[in-house]
Order: sequence, then C-alpha cells, then structure tokens
Amino acid sequence: MADLVRLSELPVGSQATIREFVGTNSAPLRLREMGMLVGTGLTFVRKAPLGDPLEIKVRGYRLTLRKTEAENIMVEPTE
Amino acid sequence: MALPTHIGSEPTSHSRQPVYALVGNPNCGKSTLFNALTGLKQKVGNYPGVTVEKKIGTSYSQHGQPMTIIDLPGAYSLAARSPDEAVTRDVLLGRRTDTPQPDRILCVVDANNLERNLYLVHQILDLGRPVILILNMMDVARKAGIDIRSARLERELGIPVIPCEAIKGKGLVPLRLAMSRPDLPLSKHAWDVPAAIAPAVSELQASLTDNDGKSPFTARAEALLLLTDQNSVHVAGSAPLKPRTTEILDHWQKRWAGEGMDWAEALVSSRYDVIGKLCADTVIESPVQNGPSASDKIDTVVTHPVWGWFVLGSIMTVIFLSIFTFAEYPMNWIDDHTAALADWVKGSMSPGDLRDLITDGAIAGVGGVVIFLPQILILFFFIGLLEGTGYMARAAFIMDRLMSRVGLNGKSFIPMLSSYACAIPGIMATRTIEDHKDRLVTILVAPLMSCSARLPVYLLMIAALIPGESVPVLTKVGIMMMMYFFGTAGAFGFAWLFKRTLLKGEPPLMIMELPPYRMPGTLDVARHMVERAWLFLKRAGTIILGISIILWFLAAYPKAPEGALPTEQLAQSYAGQAGHFIEPAIKPLGFDWQIGIGLITSFAAREVFVSTMSVVFNAEDDGEDTTPLRYALTSAKWPDGRPLFTPLVCFTLMIFYVFAMQCVATVAVVRRETNSWRWPLFQIGYMTGTAWILSFIVYQAGTALGF
Repeated sequence: MADLVRLSELPVGSQATIREFVGTNSAPLRLREMGMLVGTGLTFVRKAPLGDPLEIKVRGYRLTLRKTEAENIMVEPTE
Repeated sequence: MALPTHIGSEPTSHSRQPVYALVGNPNCGKSTLFNALTGLKQKVGNYPGVTVEKKIGTSYSQHGQPMTIIDLPGAYSLAARSPDEAVTRDVLLGRRTDTPQPDRILCVVDANNLERNLYLVHQILDLGRPVILILNMMDVARKAGIDIRSARLERELGIPVIPCEAIKGKGLVPLRLAMSRPDLPLSKHAWDVPAAIAPAVSELQASLTDNDGKSPFTARAEALLLLTDQNSVHVAGSAPLKPRTTEILDHWQKRWAGEGMDWAEALVSSRYDVIGKLCADTVIESPVQNGPSASDKIDTVVTHPVWGWFVLGSIMTVIFLSIFTFAEYPMNWIDDHTAALADWVKGSMSPGDLRDLITDGAIAGVGGVVIFLPQILILFFFIGLLEGTGYMARAAFIMDRLMSRVGLNGKSFIPMLSSYACAIPGIMATRTIEDHKDRLVTILVAPLMSCSARLPVYLLMIAALIPGESVPVLTKVGIMMMMYFFGTAGAFGFAWLFKRTLLKGEPPLMIMELPPYRMPGTLDVARHMVERAWLFLKRAGTIILGISIILWFLAAYPKAPEGALPTEQLAQSYAGQAGHFIEPAIKPLGFDWQIGIGLITSFAAREVFVSTMSVVFNAEDDGEDTTPLRYALTSAKWPDGRPLFTPLVCFTLMIFYVFAMQCVATVAVVRRETNSWRWPLFQIGYMTGTAWILSFIVYQAGTALGF
C-alpha cells in the first residue's frame, strides 16, 4: 500500500482515496453518513480564505470539514 | 414478499384523510415542491416544546380528495444531529404525540446527487411504509450530463419513482396520480443488516414490538437507529422507551464499545454498498461534461482568498444600505399613520381614561410592533435570497475560522451581523444553526451588537457630550465607532465565555454541504419573507403589545391634578416613582432619577429614551432635530446645582446602552425562540449586570481621574 497522509496535509487540487479513520474518537457518524467511507475517492478542492475549513468533493458533491476533523482521516493520494 | 395487510402503529381510519410526509435532504428542492403541491393551503406553526417549524398543507388528489402533507425539516439522516432532524425522525417513527404518524412518505431527492440523497431514502424504506420517490431537478442534472433511468430505478426499488422539476411545476400530475393510488406497493428492496450487528437488531426489534407496541417494520428501523445512536439529539415531545428496551440497548452498546467494534463503518458502508449498486444500474453519467461547471467558476471568485472578502463585504453592504434606506420610508409611514390614527381617535372620543388607553396604550403599542416589520421583511428577503442561491453556505465557509475563535461556527455569522440592524430578525435567523447550543449562544449575544434603535441615543449623547454649536463629524464618527466596537467585542467575549462554561458542548463540527448555485424561485423567497413576518407578529406581537400597554400605564398613572404639565405628570407617575426607587442603584453611575425614568421607558424600545428625556426636561420634541433637547440637557442639574449631563455621564450612559438589555421586543422573540422564560431572563440579567458594572467602572474611574 502506498504511503498514507492525513487529509489535512493533502495538496490543494489533488485526489485521494480514504483508507483509515484514526484518532481517539473515530470519525463522527455524520461524516460516514455523508458518504465518506473507507475506499471512497475524494478531491481536495480548496481551503477557506483563512485556511480552515477545507472544501472537498466527494461522491459528486461538495462538503466542508474542519482541519481538526481532516487530521483524523488517512488518505492514499491517487494520480 | 408477503405484504402485511396492516401497517403502522396506529389504526388507519378511513374517515381520516391520508397523511403524507414530505422528506428529503436540505437543498433538494423540497420546500418548492411542498409549495407547488399545496399552494396557499398551508399552516405554519411550531412543534410543541421545540423551535422547529411545523408546516402542514393540504393537497388534492387527481380525484379531488384532500390529502394532508407534512413538510418535515430537511435531514441528511435519521440519526439526528440537530433539532430539525430529530423532529423528522420522531414524526416518521411515530414517536410524537402531537403529530400523526404519516401513512405514506414522499421522498424528494436531488437528481444531481442521487447517491448521497439515497442514503436517507434507504433508511426510510426500512420503515415499511409506502414510499414515493421523487427525482427533483432532473433538468439541472441533464444539463450536467447526468441521466437517471427512472423506470429501471422503479423496478429495482419496487416503488413509484417520479421525475420532476418542482420549480417549473413539471411532474406534478404523475405525482398526484401516484399519490391518488389506493394501493401503493411497499418496497421490495431488501438489504442484509451487517452480520456483526444483526443479533442486536433482532433482539431490540423484538423488545420494541413486545414492550413499546411498535409495528415490526418501525421496530426494525428504530432498532437500527437506536443501536447506532451516537449522541443523537433528543427533543421534547417524543415518547420515552420502555425500561426493558433501554436495558437491551445499553447491553449491546457497552459490549461493542468493549470490543472496539466500528459499527458506524459497518452499518453505513453496507447501506452505501446497496445504494452504489442501485446507482451503477440507473445513473448514466455522460463524459461530455468537461471543464469546471458554472458553480465551480463562481466559487473560484466567491471563496477566493482576496476576492472572497470583497464579495462578502459588498453583499453585506448592499443588505445594510437596503435595510437603512428602504426600511426608513415604511417605518416613517407607520409612525405617521399610527400617530394620525391616535389623533383621529382623540378627536372623536370624549377625553378620559378609555380614550388614553386606546390612543397612547393600544394604538401606540400596535405601532410599536408593526414598526419592526419593514426591517424583518427586508432582511428576510435577503436571507431567502442568500439561502436560495447557495451563497449562505459560502459565507459560513469563509467566516468559520473567525467564528471558531470563540467556539461558534460560520453559521452564526449572518444572524450576528443582522443584529447590527435589529436583534429581532437576527435572532429569528438563528434557525439555520443546527447545533442547539451554538444557536442558544448566538441568541444570547446577538442583542449586544449595537442595533439601529441605539443610534438615536448615541447621537443625543454625543451631541450633549461635546459642547459647541456643531459637533465635528470625525469626533462623532469616532465615538460612534467606539460604541459599535464595544458591543461587538462584548458579543464575542460573552460567546467565548458561554461556550466555555454555561453551554459547553462538543467541539462543533463544520460538516456542511456547499450546494451548487441556483436561481431561487421568486415565490419561494416571497413566501419565506411573509412567513417570517407573520411568525413575528403572531409570536412576539402580543407580548410586545402587552408590555407597551403596561409601560404606558406606568407613565400615565396616577393622574396629576388637572392642568399639570406633561413633565409634572411623568414626574409623579409610577414611572417617575420607579425612577426615584432605582436612583440609589444608578447614582454610582452618575445617573439621577430622571435618567432612571428614561432607562425604564427604554424597555419599550431604546430610542424611547430620547422622547422620554424630552418630556422629563420639558424640551420641545422636534422629531429629528435634537437641538432644543440638547440645550435642555446641558442645563439639567442635580438638586445641589452640579450639572447632570457632564461629558463623563453622557459617555457612561452610552456604555450602559451598549450593554444593557432594554428591548421588550427582543425579550419576547427570545422567549419564543428558546421556548422558555429562562433564557430571556438570564439575558436581561447578564447584559444589564454587565452594563451596570462597566458603567460603574467608567464613571468611578473617570471621576477619580478628574473628568
């Protein structure tokens, strides 16, 4: 398996696949319900003007989440 | 599959008209569809005990039979994260005693985003009720290169699937036809609960059927929900579970926690697996779509690190200018006409207590309620536009970082900003904040933002503060800015404090959808505006009217002897006595009993301070021109001959007005929006307390420093 990085460390504009949820309290249920599951592909669209929150594209729509949440999502960058 | 002949936990009587629930994700066009189906036959109210809007309408079948439609709040999942979602969940599960469990369910999905929208549908199919699936915004999807084979979807799910364009009224006839069918099929969709949680589901399902009297289908759906309930939101008005059920629930949750079972991943992904297969068969995405969409292009500007601020600033400026310029005309009109009406009544009735009650109490009180309407209408016109187009979510996205400094999230931004115009629409706008505690904190601090009613007080005090014929504009603006700054700093400071102490909660999430930009329907925006105005009149109107009459009574009684001047009348009235009564408390702030009267009458609205001062100091009330009053104030003295309105006192008084809660209309709205007297009373306490303490510090320090 390729190297995993935190979603928050992904360069803007790149694509990746979710591989693992880490951290003490695993990803909130709502994040999964919004379609962010292990194996789901996503695009990191942009950061908000002040650097937080982040905007990602997942399952064809746009979702925002805070950096603190993105830090607990390990992704595998795809080409 | 054998269909049960009887569905639901309560008997479906034939005399009752069928009840449909309309459900869907936020931004799927559900409200537009509701409006299209019910037209003007709508009733908007509240679910008892929670501040969630209850919308019920009547629609007619193809055969002219009336059908009840409940427009449930938008939800992403039945595992509720907000009071809105909790109400949707509870109504669908038949947990609410105030709302009948729907017989049939209309699920609206955004055709552009079928996969995620189907998640909620998938949960709802578990309920075992007849469902009609409505694929909304088919036109937009087609333009984006997405085609949905609805016939195929219908076959696979086994329920009616109706393509629709609610905003253009397309697809309504087939929808009504489907709704008119006496025999709606149940979905033959079946999915296997993941093996890891299956035993728990069946055990809980059995208990829910046996002990809580739920139908087998509802019980299974509820079992799935309960087991995966992660700090789910509970709201007042829903029936509690039987102890045996709770026991089983606790047992499994403890066991899973011990085993470190990731039930969320197991359950959610098994649902998405089913949905994924459905979509693979039915959604055809043509590769013609290349390059960024229009929405993407707009976003590169609107959320740009530099241009984003410019756009946000421009939009807010336009909103504020509109409120201040356009609201002024109708507000003056209302003012003039209530005055004219009062005069007319005065002329046509014989003098007496009853006449005064009607003119100075009731008519003035009604005027005091109606006067808020222009601002509310204009602000909600813009909020409707911001929400309808999708910009609202962008504003929250941009402002989130700043708001998170005090523990709030981006969604509190618009309500707080609106409060610069008037806290009432600002507080009413907090309904877009899902998190209950964030919403409450926003409501609590919103009145600290200096509203337009404080302006006349600031202006009068600045005029009295600075000697000389004309006040230099820069000084005026400088002091004014200072007051706005104090208020804003206070609001953020208290938000920070409340989020850390009183209303401590989970660190708020900012999991928010950024919907594609859309052109909102004119009718939807207009309806939104009128609804808000009506809600304000209905909910807050009576309280404001009542307190206005009490305040009038306090100033008008007991009657002074015949021929007394208004000044003398006010001085010996209950309000005047109250002024004397509170004098010991406000003397350390440099205020005497006459100012005290102003502080008390300000409860009707802060700007009343100005007119009260005119009466107290017997200055001619010239409306806009405060010059005579200004002279009257500068010559006002304490009994021992010291001047009353020293520059320090004027400044202290402004500080007091920045922080004190002196607006009955706001109190009334907070009472309605929080559903109890506890929060508005707390608000009066903490704000007025802060006002007193800060004024005390300013006055005493100022005196000590020789000002």
